[in-house]
Amino acid sequence: MNNDDIKAIVLREIGNIAPEIDPAQIDPAINFRQQVDLDSMDILNLMIAINTATGVEIPEADYPKIDTIDKCVAYVASRVSAA
Amino acid sequence: MPMLGADMEVGTIIQWLVKPGDAIKRGDIIAVVDTEKATIEVEVFQTGIIEALIVGEGEKVPVGTVLARIAAGEAAPPPRPAPAAPKPAAAPPKPVAVAARPAPPPPRVAAPPPPPVALRPPVPPPKAAPPGRLRISPLAMRVAIDLQVDLSKVKGTGPSGAITRADIERAAARPAEAVAPAEAARAVPEVAAPAPLAAVAEAPKAVPRPTISPADRQASMRRAIAAAMARSKREIPHYYLGTTVDMSRALPWLQAENLKRPVDKRLLYSVLLLKAVALAVRQVPEMNGFWIEGAFKPSEAVHVGIAISLRQGGLIAPAIHDVDGKSLDDLMVNLRDLVKRVRAGVLRSSEIADATITVTSLGEQGVESVFGIIYPPQVALVGFGKVVERPWAANGMIGVRPVINTSLAADHRASDGHRGGLFLAAIDRLLQEPEKL
Repeated sequence: MNNDDIKAIVLREIGNIAPEIDPAQIDPAINFRQQVDLDSMDILNLMIAINTATGVEIPEADYPKIDTIDKCVAYVASRVSAA
Repeated sequence: MPMLGADMEVGTIIQWLVKPGDAIKRGDIIAVVDTEKATIEVEVFQTGIIEALIVGEGEKVPVGTVLARIAAGEAAPPPRPAPAAPKPAAAPPKPVAVAARPAPPPPRVAAPPPPPVALRPPVPPPKAAPPGRLRISPLAMRVAIDLQVDLSKVKGTGPSGAITRADIERAAARPAEAVAPAEAARAVPEVAAPAPLAAVAEAPKAVPRPTISPADRQASMRRAIAAAMARSKREIPHYYLGTTVDMSRALPWLQAENLKRPVDKRLLYSVLLLKAVALAVRQVPEMNGFWIEGAFKPSEAVHVGIAISLRQGGLIAPAIHDVDGKSLDDLMVNLRDLVKRVRAGVLRSSEIADATITVTSLGEQGVESVFGIIYPPQVALVGFGKVVERPWAANGMIGVRPVINTSLAADHRASDGHRGGLFLAAIDRLLQEPEKL
């Protein structure tokens, strides 16, 4: 699973949570919660979806480390390859 | 037509799930109704036998209209006291009108009230529908309405030929013959193997369907919110209290708890807040219940309404039942389910109609405090702002702690600021011992 695969997964799941947005329009370097307006329930659902798709479990304490798409992809990539 | 929320004036029967002769028991879902805000599964409050369906599918009628007649079964328990209205003072063993509860007194300045229920003569049910009854989930129905798909032209591919959401979307993507002409322009051009239209003939039922575009839904939701909130501000003498609650015990406890759990069993701190409010209500019962006909009617049960915002704008506040007696895990399951269904637009009548107090939490992205508007006929609304870190003095020391601003909007007819203050203090105290929630 390379970074592009992971990015595709993350964007797909955000798209499922917020069907009205175009994932291609999200700036990967800027906080996506603010861009997409996700609440805590949405974030939890996103974490569950990422876990299901990649096997990576992201603890709550690490949420600040994944606040942009780029950081989220890097975080998941490092855990996937380590696994 | 039950009043599914104080802001509802009319409803449209989308689908009957029962037919004359069916035995039903209290709590069964018997019909799907479209209100201005959502698609609601209507639960019956009476055990018995369906005698007649009076309002047909596709008909839009005012709140209070008799929808169907039920012959009361002998084993029928007494109807649950409806929050929104007194029990009809009827002699027991005889046909009972479904949802014929009188609406709470309408706001004086509002549109003319619905015609009195009793004056509407029972009319024969519309031409019997049962043989060609469509099998369709409420969600698929909702999508069909939004996409204005004629269901008589859709072939179901789900279990027992049930129409699924995918079927609807396929039908919507098909050009003119399956889609209302006005909608053709919106249809997506590429077509995935159109289902044979001949199969359509098996479903000869062509009930006129309500057609509500997303934009109309949006507009009607704004009107519904406007009506309820204007009534609240006009009738309820609100008083407001606020306090700041130290969350330095609750949040670390929750984080440690979540570390022990798989990701799909994690708890959100919202469930701690809900549980704390529900337990505090037991200590200050004046906050829990309804102001009806000039008097406060406390509620034994604690059904907490939760304001859930919709992504497209708008707001619905359905209830989780008996929050005071549920574990945090159960509440989390309920909350996830509720948010999911609110966003899919499918709720149950009891969730919409019977909250006894409401909680609004503006979440982590928002602001620090909220001054709520009570949802009539309830008498209190608890508001939580976002959690913020602040310098905090305790035991002669200053430290940085996460805190949450907690506010109360309460009805001065039902309680006074002193009791309201005790209520907020109880919430604060409960949140200091999260392991006991």
